[in-house]
Amino acid sequence: MFKYLLLPLIVFSSFTFSEVIHEERSLYRNIIVEETGNLRCLKFNTKSSQTSQSCMYKNDPDKLVFNYTKLTFASLLVIDDPKNVLIIGLGGGTLSNVIHELYPAAKIHNVEIDPAVTKVARDYFNFIENNVVTSSVQDGRIFIKRAAIKKEKYDWIILDAFNGDYIPEHLLTKEFFEEVQSVLAEDGVIAANTFSSSKLYEHESATYHAVFGDFINVSRENRSNRIILAGLKAPPTNEQINVRVKALASRLGKYDIDIKVISEFMDFTKDGQDWPANTKVLTDQYSPANLLNF
Amino acid sequence: MTLNTNALIYFLAFCSGFCIMGIELLGGRILAPFFGSSVHIWGSIITVFMLSLSFGYLLGGKLSTQNASLTKYGLIFLVASIMVVPITLFSQPIMEFIFTHIEDSRYGSLLASTALFFIPTIILGMISPYSVRLLVTDSDKSGQVAGRLYFVSTLGSALGTIITSFYFVLAFDVNTIISAFALTLGSLGLLAIVINTLVNKKEVAHV
Repeated sequence: MFKYLLLPLIVFSSFTFSEVIHEERSLYRNIIVEETGNLRCLKFNTKSSQTSQSCMYKNDPDKLVFNYTKLTFASLLVIDDPKNVLIIGLGGGTLSNVIHELYPAAKIHNVEIDPAVTKVARDYFNFIENNVVTSSVQDGRIFIKRAAIKKEKYDWIILDAFNGDYIPEHLLTKEFFEEVQSVLAEDGVIAANTFSSSKLYEHESATYHAVFGDFINVSRENRSNRIILAGLKAPPTNEQINVRVKALASRLGKYDIDIKVISEFMDFTKDGQDWPANTKVLTDQYSPANLLNF
Repeated sequence: MTLNTNALIYFLAFCSGFCIMGIELLGGRILAPFFGSSVHIWGSIITVFMLSLSFGYLLGGKLSTQNASLTKYGLIFLVASIMVVPITLFSQPIMEFIFTHIEDSRYGSLLASTALFFIPTIILGMISPYSVRLLVTDSDKSGQVAGRLYFVSTLGSALGTIITSFYFVLAFDVNTIISAFALTLGSLGLLAIVINTLVNKKEVAHV
């Protein structure tokens, strides 16, 4: 009898009680690695914060935890095999690891401003670095400016530098997007993890539209996350998307990415813009992004 | 100096404090596209502002020993106003040049904030000691006058910081705000000169 009482208690506790396995204060933030049962998460700032930066199932590290990470792979429905990938904002290194596994020959460069985050990604989230996967500690904007001077090109640029609490405002301006565009290869795409609610949604959409023209919004019905796919020379046709869905479905399944479902979440802004036409574009001169994010 | 011109001097000192901190705060926004928004950006900006203010105090104090007048005080504001304008006009090419020549964003941002803010902030720093010279008539009260002046100008700085960062950036472009500061400083300088001329005329008439 007693063990029947105990059993649900044990199961319950393994889900609710979380344990901090690493904590450090970096130049930019407090970094916390927390384990709740099978789930290991990277958090910034506070223990109670609901916004985890990156999570991993310890017993199944391939499986992606977050929706937005999964939605990012909608990029693969609009470009063919990426060869040169740039990721701004490392987090736990999940995106880099999965892309490397999918395309072992592709060059992947990760840019992260906080050296402590890179270290935690290596130590706690199996962030892989080798001769094709590299990382540098730098401000994303400075990296891209220097890359542009060196005339480097990337065919898949992932912007994932926002952590929910604070937005580096110089990474959300028309001028920045123009710099990103200048390092985008001919058939490349930019995938940005962006804001799904708040007033910033409209300003962000207007700013992307000002630089890239029509783009693709990828988000679920509840709009809890949004990925913007921008910079495409020509949007893919439904047939092209379907062909790619078929080719990718089984390969992405192991990461718990249902690419068929994700393909249905893609909205083309040429079919309708969900922001007012007079929305102010964010520029280096006007970028109060944090004040607009409420 | 009459009571009215004293009030004017306090008001001008308040406004210069407001503009100095408003410009300093926007410095972070100006440098970020080229040098990032990390803590070293603020290190560069604050260092340059403190350094140039310190030189400004020295120069302003020196200048106040040579026939101090409200007209010269106004001229300091006019020169400051003119020196602020290049921030809006040339910050892009200046930062581009520094960015391509200096790899390390710490020294890049230090050099850029020197190029952009050093001279205007020196001029603005001259205002405080010069104000003390114009206000003090009685050495017994010099400490009180200086205290009151620091109070007024630092209060201006506090308000310049909060109003710029909370409200101005939400309503205006960076360059618009800086231009408004320049315009304010210039108009106040002219106002001081005009008032001084009027007061002098009056005094001449009375004689």
